[in-house]
Amino acid sequence: MTNTLTVFKKEFRTYFASPMGYIYITVFLVATNWLFLRGFFLINQASLRGFFGVLPWIFLLFVPAVTMRLWAEERKVGTAEVLMTLPLRDHEIVLGKFLASLAFVAISLALTLVLPITTAIIGSPDTGSIIGGYIGALLLGAAYLAIGIFASGLTENQIVAFIVGIAICFVLLVLGENIVLFTLPTPLVPVFEFLGLGAHFRSISRGVLDSRDIVYYLSVVVLFLYLNLRTLENQR
Amino acid sequence: MIEATNLVKRFGPTVAVNDISFTVAKGEVLGFLGPNGAGKTTTMRILTCFLVADSGTATVAGYDIHEDPIEVRRRIGYLPETAPLYNDMTVVDYLNFIAEARGIRNGGRKAAVDRMIEVTSLKGVTKQSIGSLSRGYRQRVGLAQTLIHDPEILILDEPTSGLDPNQIIEIRELIKRLGEEKTVLLSTHILPEVSATCSRMIIIDQGELVASGTPEELSNQASREGTTVVSIRGPLPEITSTLAAAPWVADWHQVGESIGDLHRLRLRGSEGRDIAEDLFRTVVTKGWSLAELYREQVSLEEVFLRLTMSERGDAAKEERSEVNPE
Repeated sequence: MTNTLTVFKKEFRTYFASPMGYIYITVFLVATNWLFLRGFFLINQASLRGFFGVLPWIFLLFVPAVTMRLWAEERKVGTAEVLMTLPLRDHEIVLGKFLASLAFVAISLALTLVLPITTAIIGSPDTGSIIGGYIGALLLGAAYLAIGIFASGLTENQIVAFIVGIAICFVLLVLGENIVLFTLPTPLVPVFEFLGLGAHFRSISRGVLDSRDIVYYLSVVVLFLYLNLRTLENQR
Repeated sequence: MIEATNLVKRFGPTVAVNDISFTVAKGEVLGFLGPNGAGKTTTMRILTCFLVADSGTATVAGYDIHEDPIEVRRRIGYLPETAPLYNDMTVVDYLNFIAEARGIRNGGRKAAVDRMIEVTSLKGVTKQSIGSLSRGYRQRVGLAQTLIHDPEILILDEPTSGLDPNQIIEIRELIKRLGEEKTVLLSTHILPEVSATCSRMIIIDQGELVASGTPEELSNQASREGTTVVSIRGPLPEITSTLAAAPWVADWHQVGESIGDLHRLRLRGSEGRDIAEDLFRTVVTKGWSLAELYREQVSLEEVFLRLTMSERGDAAKEERSEVNPE
């Protein structure tokens, strides 16, 4: 636990040690605010449905960018050799990195709280669905992050890690979307809808906290962190 | 302190380390010598548990690298080649991180970091980001990382590569000082470094161990197979037939032109024996006279070249001759 915390602190500080962290957050906030406000006054409703509707797609670009350097850079620069000869277990390192990136995404999300607060001032939005939306966003982000870390472990090129991360997230997201579901035979529809990353987010952001959705996201996180561990083992 | 037995590591079809065994005694400074790509780094990475050997094992400070990798890592200070560092971190942040990861926490941490800054003379740059440091400073930060937990064993991969002559001397002095109380395994392809710092050396080539011993032992061993040069004044045909008949001469040839009846020859003794005395006696009994007689000295460079190039073509030889940067 202390070892994980040590790695966490190091990774978390690294986000803000260079301008990169601030740039990420700025771009994320500009994109979310603009996409939100673009439709807000047209619909003329005090609701964040539009915001949570685009979030899975913004995350698709934003989250793999947060994780792409986590392993790729370590291997490119060679610091992996220092890190992995310290008396730390692999899973402690992986977990530390994951939690640091999760904290970073959580901070980015927290900064968008301006939107619901503004909405609450000018109208009366459904608080339950907003709280659910943020919990769902964090879970969805965690799943994307785990996938991104796995992708980063596959290569020493950050761009490759970024694109592979996006590709895996995209496939898992689209799996449960209507565009795919329409093409499937009826018995398969609920299966794919369950496997897709989006449907669970939609159900949580309606304000319904179902344990199945939470278990789903945690399983994705555990699976990809485990795959990341296996990749590291194979590289030894 | 380190005991490696039959280590093998393959990367796809290439065998990087092929059946290497050696031991390093407590308090010894062992030089790991070999051309680039010989398998030095791979062997060190196996010992530090960065890589896992395909077969064979090693114990470090009594712990098995497969069974107790964490305990092994605790006892080793490892400086990888070119000292990779987190460029975005400041020197002090980096050392704090390493100290914490090494289990030096709370009160002990600040003391350990301050001590390292002192030992490696990093005082002026503690608040700078590592990416902005010069090569020499980076190497010192790397060394500070290696030494911060006061390890029993140091594994240093080419600790002086890329440094200027003053820094090289500085680092060598430091290694020598550390070698008095610690066990050190260091790799290099620079020969003078071995004689300057190591008490014993191992030469590996193409993943295999080709020789081990003290620098003196190895050059003695090679000079036993060395040649003797002799200048004899006498009739050439008789000298020729006598030498051809002598059982203690493996082969011989004339060096240069004869000057009158003075002939200069280079001989190699059979089975590596020293033939100086045999030559002397022969010259005396035949009634010729002896103008010079000496054994050719073999330098460490020649030992190294002979051991690592025996089965290769001239292309490799030329490539190798560019290696020595000093």
